[in-house]
Amino acid sequence: MTTATTGAATPTGAVGTAHTRVEGRDKVTGAARYAGEIPFAGLAHGWLVLSTVARGRVLSVGTGPVLGMPGVLTVLHHGNAPRLTTDYVGMLGVPPDPTAAVFQNDRVPHAGWPVALVVAETPEQAREAAEALVVTYEQEPHDIAFSGTRPDTYPADGHMPALTEKGDVEAELAASAHVVDEEYTTPEEHHGMMEPHAASARWDGGRLEVVDSNQGTTWVADEIVRMFSLDASAVRVRSEHVGGGFGSKGLRAHQVSAVMAATVLQRPVRVVLTRRQMFSLTGYRSPTTQRIRLGADPGGRLRALDHRSLNQTSTVWEFVEPGAGVARIMYDADAHRTENRVVRLDVPSPTWMRAPGEAPGSFAVEAALDELAEKCGIDPIELRLRNEPERGPVSGLPFAGRNLAACFREGARRFGWADRDPRPGVRREGRWLLGTGTAAASFPAGALPSTAAVTAEPDGTFTVRIAAADIGTGARTALTLVAADALRVPTERVRVRIGDSDFGPAGIAGGSMGTRSWAWAVTAAAGELRERLVPGGTVPPEGITVRSDTTAALGALTQRERHSYGAQFAEAAVDVTTGEVRVRRMLGIFAAGRIVNPLTARSQLVGGMTWGISMALHEEAVRDGASGGLYGGDLAGYHVASHADVPAIEADWVDDPDPDDPVGIKGIGEVGIVGAAAAVANAVWHATGVRHRSLPIRPDRVLRAGEPRV
Amino acid sequence: MAPSTSSTVTLDINGEKHTLSVDHRTTLLDALRERLDLTGTKKGCDQGQCGACTVLVDGRRTVSCLQLAVASQEREITTVEGVAEGERLHPVQQAFLDLDGFQCGYCTPGQICSAIAVIEEHAAGWPSAVTEDVRPEAGPPPLTPEEIRERMSGNLCRCGAYVQIVQAVARAAAETRTGTEGAAA
Repeated sequence: MTTATTGAATPTGAVGTAHTRVEGRDKVTGAARYAGEIPFAGLAHGWLVLSTVARGRVLSVGTGPVLGMPGVLTVLHHGNAPRLTTDYVGMLGVPPDPTAAVFQNDRVPHAGWPVALVVAETPEQAREAAEALVVTYEQEPHDIAFSGTRPDTYPADGHMPALTEKGDVEAELAASAHVVDEEYTTPEEHHGMMEPHAASARWDGGRLEVVDSNQGTTWVADEIVRMFSLDASAVRVRSEHVGGGFGSKGLRAHQVSAVMAATVLQRPVRVVLTRRQMFSLTGYRSPTTQRIRLGADPGGRLRALDHRSLNQTSTVWEFVEPGAGVARIMYDADAHRTENRVVRLDVPSPTWMRAPGEAPGSFAVEAALDELAEKCGIDPIELRLRNEPERGPVSGLPFAGRNLAACFREGARRFGWADRDPRPGVRREGRWLLGTGTAAASFPAGALPSTAAVTAEPDGTFTVRIAAADIGTGARTALTLVAADALRVPTERVRVRIGDSDFGPAGIAGGSMGTRSWAWAVTAAAGELRERLVPGGTVPPEGITVRSDTTAALGALTQRERHSYGAQFAEAAVDVTTGEVRVRRMLGIFAAGRIVNPLTARSQLVGGMTWGISMALHEEAVRDGASGGLYGGDLAGYHVASHADVPAIEADWVDDPDPDDPVGIKGIGEVGIVGAAAAVANAVWHATGVRHRSLPIRPDRVLRAGEPRV
Repeated sequence: MAPSTSSTVTLDINGEKHTLSVDHRTTLLDALRERLDLTGTKKGCDQGQCGACTVLVDGRRTVSCLQLAVASQEREITTVEGVAEGERLHPVQQAFLDLDGFQCGYCTPGQICSAIAVIEEHAAGWPSAVTEDVRPEAGPPPLTPEEIRERMSGNLCRCGAYVQIVQAVARAAAETRTGTEGAAA
């Protein structure tokens, strides 16, 4: 028994102070173990077999010869796999993607669909047997041709209404002094996190334990419970260190097939996806075609705004990439129309990927606004400031803090925007044409119900338990600072344990909601614990634990437009004889709530902006019409920004605490990518005088843009 | 009799010799991770495209996913577990930690091994694709951010920690130089 010593009065002020990652030493020494690295006695290894046709039926799975190969334990396929339940709605409000519910029927809806799992004693044996497995198909013609002119598109809601509409767009356009009417396209993009999806499953004393790499242990546990019709208390999912997620790490084929095999074999089984398998099994950002029509009066005030966004989805799961959602928050107009549509193709299911909707949508909207600024003869920042809405353009709700103007003012000052010559194509430095561009950013600030437990230990330390996920965001460290402040103790006395579904329900690391959701729960439990501890009192050997649940507090929040904002700036250099585009510098100024840990927050925002460069110039998954699969679906064929592509990037913020959040947090995971690609594209226009409305801005596109139009 | 599909090899890893029987198909990466429980070296692509599995083989950076374990004998192999001196982190590790040169941490061991070799390659006068004066007598070029970026480009980081990684490599290189000069004086 020891004395309880939380500080009675003085906050430690950990929040807002730079702190290196609490698990940082483990990560730089290689001691941090990720999902595929936790040892299990008697572990068997599963290797997935994917379809080689893009549409059809499995006629036969040649298990006989493979079962005779060295070390092979079993081959699971639609003919012998356990049956799953899939007619449920999960924690995120959507049914499961059938890509994860493996081996339930003989249909093949896209290339790279899971058709079998080979399990063997070693990974080498499993791989060789998987490659030797002969699967025959009845092949059907497939259709993967995505275009804005297809007749079979339809409006789809997803996480927001498909259509919003007010006023007469055609009449306002006709009466506008300046009109922009263009189509913008973005390609298929992949998450490409460095750690492949990996899961090990085992039954132990009637409980199923899954060691996984995911963005929410209670989320994945809940999906497994429902899919396998298990008792909720019978499933435990752990996910200590996660090598990136970006929206892709939910329930996938690897966990489900590992659980199936562990159940059938009654021994631990690990399934790790190969990098190539990830390109058809783990979701991606759909390509989009977006038509934008803007009409403005002579002073640049918007009279008409019409944004229609189309994305593709699979034939088995509907996913909406809501590109047209951006303008519902950012810009008002007398006539305002936004619509998200989808088309079903014989392609893998897309999914959430860092700033779903906002990333491609902001490219189109912010590029179109730059075109409008040019037509109006108004500075692009001034044009945006003249169109700052008083209330939510669609909802009519007041904004809970909208510091976009402050971001532009601070960004313009630091970037040197005032000295900018607005004329395009007039700056040359050797072989390079130079230009600068800007764009606005926004992303919703939300929170998900979460529970936390905080324990005062007899040794004077405190343990926080919450089923949070640190996918590289620095959440573990941020929660340490938050807990220290709430307990009014130094951070050294706080230990934060995360990534275990046994800690109770908690929100996911997604939608920029993770740290805010968890910090709320930790603050509530820690605050109550501090009040309960009597200064000078004693702590029993089992400690004193206080639990919290934020469900009621979140439900009581008043309806507001709650968002983070940002102003993005980029300088681009373009060599029109080689088509090469280089980003020379970027600056992002954000209004994104209270910043918990400036060190890791800056990294996350810069990381998002790096994604913006990558989206603007590099990333493009190209689907082959003949096979229905990708050309080069790996990290050589799919180029993400590398060291040499990324210049000095600066991210900073203005003071912007959320008044309704106990810590003042909004969320920073996604706003960094929003508008970043548009800022680069606008800079390329300023350098060359040529608008690039299709991403990525490849060298061949730059070269062709220089040719005379026929 | 069927031909043997495994061999007994002795691998010299971080100054310690390990004798084990390996499947001939086993890569150095899988031998480290699956057989020797040295999981600090990461598998990002298993195809030599991402750099996450970078280790030092006789001091040279090598993607361990493209090297077979049976071809790795009589080489000095250094992994991320072997670069610190006891509790004292290697200057590159310390700089990554202090300057936040990572987020998820999965590419980090490869970045660190690569960076250690970059500093040595640069000090030895090796030019890169962006080195302006490549004549041997020109000596090492200034280790500018551009030089670091070029030399580190075999190591992908999807979280986008490049800006801080470049700062960390520059700091560690400067410390290494100072340390060397200090030792010489």
